[in-house]
Amino acid sequence: MRAKLARWLFFVVAAAVFALCATSWGQESQGMGMESHIGKLTGHARAGAPLYRRFCIGCHGSLGDGEGENAMWIDPKPRNFTLGIFKCRSTPSGTLPTDEDLFETIARGVLNSNMPQWRPLTDQDRADLIAYVKHFSPRFVSEKPGPPIQVPPEPEVTAERIKAGQATFKRIECWKCHGVEGRGNGPSADTLTDDQNRPIKPFNFHDTDRFKCGASDQDLYKIFMTGLDGTPMPSFMDNLKPDDAWDLVFYLRTLQPMHTKAKDIAQQLGLKPINPYAPAK
Amino acid sequence: MKNWYKCAGTLTVLVLLGLALLYSGPSVGAGSGGKITGTIKLEGAPAHQRPIDMSKDPVCAQQHTGNPVRTETVVVGPNGGLEYGVVYISEGLPAGAANAVSSQPVTFDQKGCVYHPHVIAVDVGQKIEVATHDPTTHNIHPLPSAGSGNIGWNKSQPPGSPPFETTWKAPEVAIPVKCNIHPWMHGYMAVVKGPHAVSDDKGSYTIDNVPPGNYTLTAWQETYGTQTQKVTVASGKSATADFTFKGK
Repeated sequence: MRAKLARWLFFVVAAAVFALCATSWGQESQGMGMESHIGKLTGHARAGAPLYRRFCIGCHGSLGDGEGENAMWIDPKPRNFTLGIFKCRSTPSGTLPTDEDLFETIARGVLNSNMPQWRPLTDQDRADLIAYVKHFSPRFVSEKPGPPIQVPPEPEVTAERIKAGQATFKRIECWKCHGVEGRGNGPSADTLTDDQNRPIKPFNFHDTDRFKCGASDQDLYKIFMTGLDGTPMPSFMDNLKPDDAWDLVFYLRTLQPMHTKAKDIAQQLGLKPINPYAPAK
Repeated sequence: MKNWYKCAGTLTVLVLLGLALLYSGPSVGAGSGGKITGTIKLEGAPAHQRPIDMSKDPVCAQQHTGNPVRTETVVVGPNGGLEYGVVYISEGLPAGAANAVSSQPVTFDQKGCVYHPHVIAVDVGQKIEVATHDPTTHNIHPLPSAGSGNIGWNKSQPPGSPPFETTWKAPEVAIPVKCNIHPWMHGYMAVVKGPHAVSDDKGSYTIDNVPPGNYTLTAWQETYGTQTQKVTVASGKSATADFTFKGK
C-alpha cells in the first residue's frame, strides 16, 4: 500500500515538474527560440545573444529599443527593433522584411548613418544575430514577412530609357524632396521628419555610388518600389510598371558621381535637369 | 441508442439557439435598433487656426488663391458646434454589434492639398478608399501608435493615380495621417468597434443602429482629447447625449 502511494506521489511530482519545465520552455521559445533562415543557414537567437551583447548593444541597447548608451550622440538614431519597422526590405510597405533583407543590411551597413558594415562576421554569426534581432519584436511571432517584390531582368540601358526615366522622375515628383538635380534639396526637403518626428534628409544622388539599401541597380529598384519604412520615402509600387521603374533606375544612375554607361549616354544627349514648372508640351 | 439521438438533438438545438442569440446583434437593424444623437460643443475661445502657407508647392497654393486654407485642429461652426469629433460606444456593446463591419467603404480624399474629410471613422476591417484629386504627388503616411496592433505604411499617389483600398486591424482612436511632401497636411483615421459617428459642421452627430442597452459613450476630438458619458438606448427610440469641451 505504502509503495503504491509512494509511486503515485512520485508520478504526481514528476508530472508537475514536467509541466513547469514545459511552460517555461514554451515562454522562452517565444523569444530565444526565434530562428532565421537564410538559404541553407539557420540562425538561432540563443547563439546571437552574446554576439549582440558584444557588437550591437552599445547603440541598439539591451532591450533592442535603439536606446543604447551611444544612441544620444548618433543621428540618424539606431533602429528600435521592438517596433519591427525596417527601411531596407524587398517586401511591400507596412510588412515585415525577409530574413535575407535583414541579413544583407547587417553585412552592408546603412549608408550615411553610424551603422557600419559587418562583413568580418561569419555568415552564421549574422544569421544568429538576425534571429536575435527578430526576437525583440512580437511582430515576428504574429506576422509573416510580406511577399518579396519581383525584380525583372535588367534591360539594356538606352537613350530612350534615360529620357523616359527623367520624365518619370518629373511625373511622380521625386524632385519634391530629392531636388530637380537629385541633390536632396527639393522644396519639401527642409521639413521632412521620420516616424519619430526627428528631422531627416533626403538622399543626395551626387554624393556617392551607393544607396542606403545597397549599391546595385536591383537594390535601387527595390528602394523606390517598396519605400523605406519609418522614413518619408513612400512606396511607388502601385504607380510604376517594371519598365518605368527600370527607366528611373537608369536616370538616377546619370546623377551619380562615378562613371556609368547611363552617364555617358546622358552626356551625349546633353540631358538638362528637369524644370518642373515648365508648361507641358 | 435512442436516448443518445435525443440527447444529440437537444444539444444541437441548444447550440443553434446559442449561436442565434450570439449573432442576433448585427441583425438588430431598423426594427428594434435605437439611435444616439447629440451635439459636440466648444465652450470658450477655440485655438487659433492659422492660414496655411502652401507656397512651397505652387500647385497647391494655386487652388486657394486669395482664400488660404486654415489648419483644422479645432473647427467650430455656428453656436460653438465642434466639427470632426468622433463619437463611439466604448463599453457595453454586445459582441455581435461590436464586431459588425460596415460593407460601405469610407473615402479619404486628397483635394487642394488638404484631406477631405479631415477626420474619418471606420470599423475595424472596414474598407477605406484613399483617393487623390490633386495635380501633385502625395504620399499617404498613417502613423499608428506602437503596440496598437496596427502597422503603419507609406504609399505614394502621383497625379491621376487610381484610389487604393486599405483596412485597419485593431481599434485605435485615432491614427494620425500625414503627407511628408506637404507637411501641413494632417488628418485622422479613427478605428472603432461598433456604431459610431463623426460630428458635422454644426457639431451634431447621429449614431444609427444601436441595439437597446446601457452604454458608455466616448467623444474624441484631436485637440481636446476624450470625454465619456453614460447613455441608455431604448428599442426604436432616440437617446440624446451632448458633449461640451472647454477651450482655453
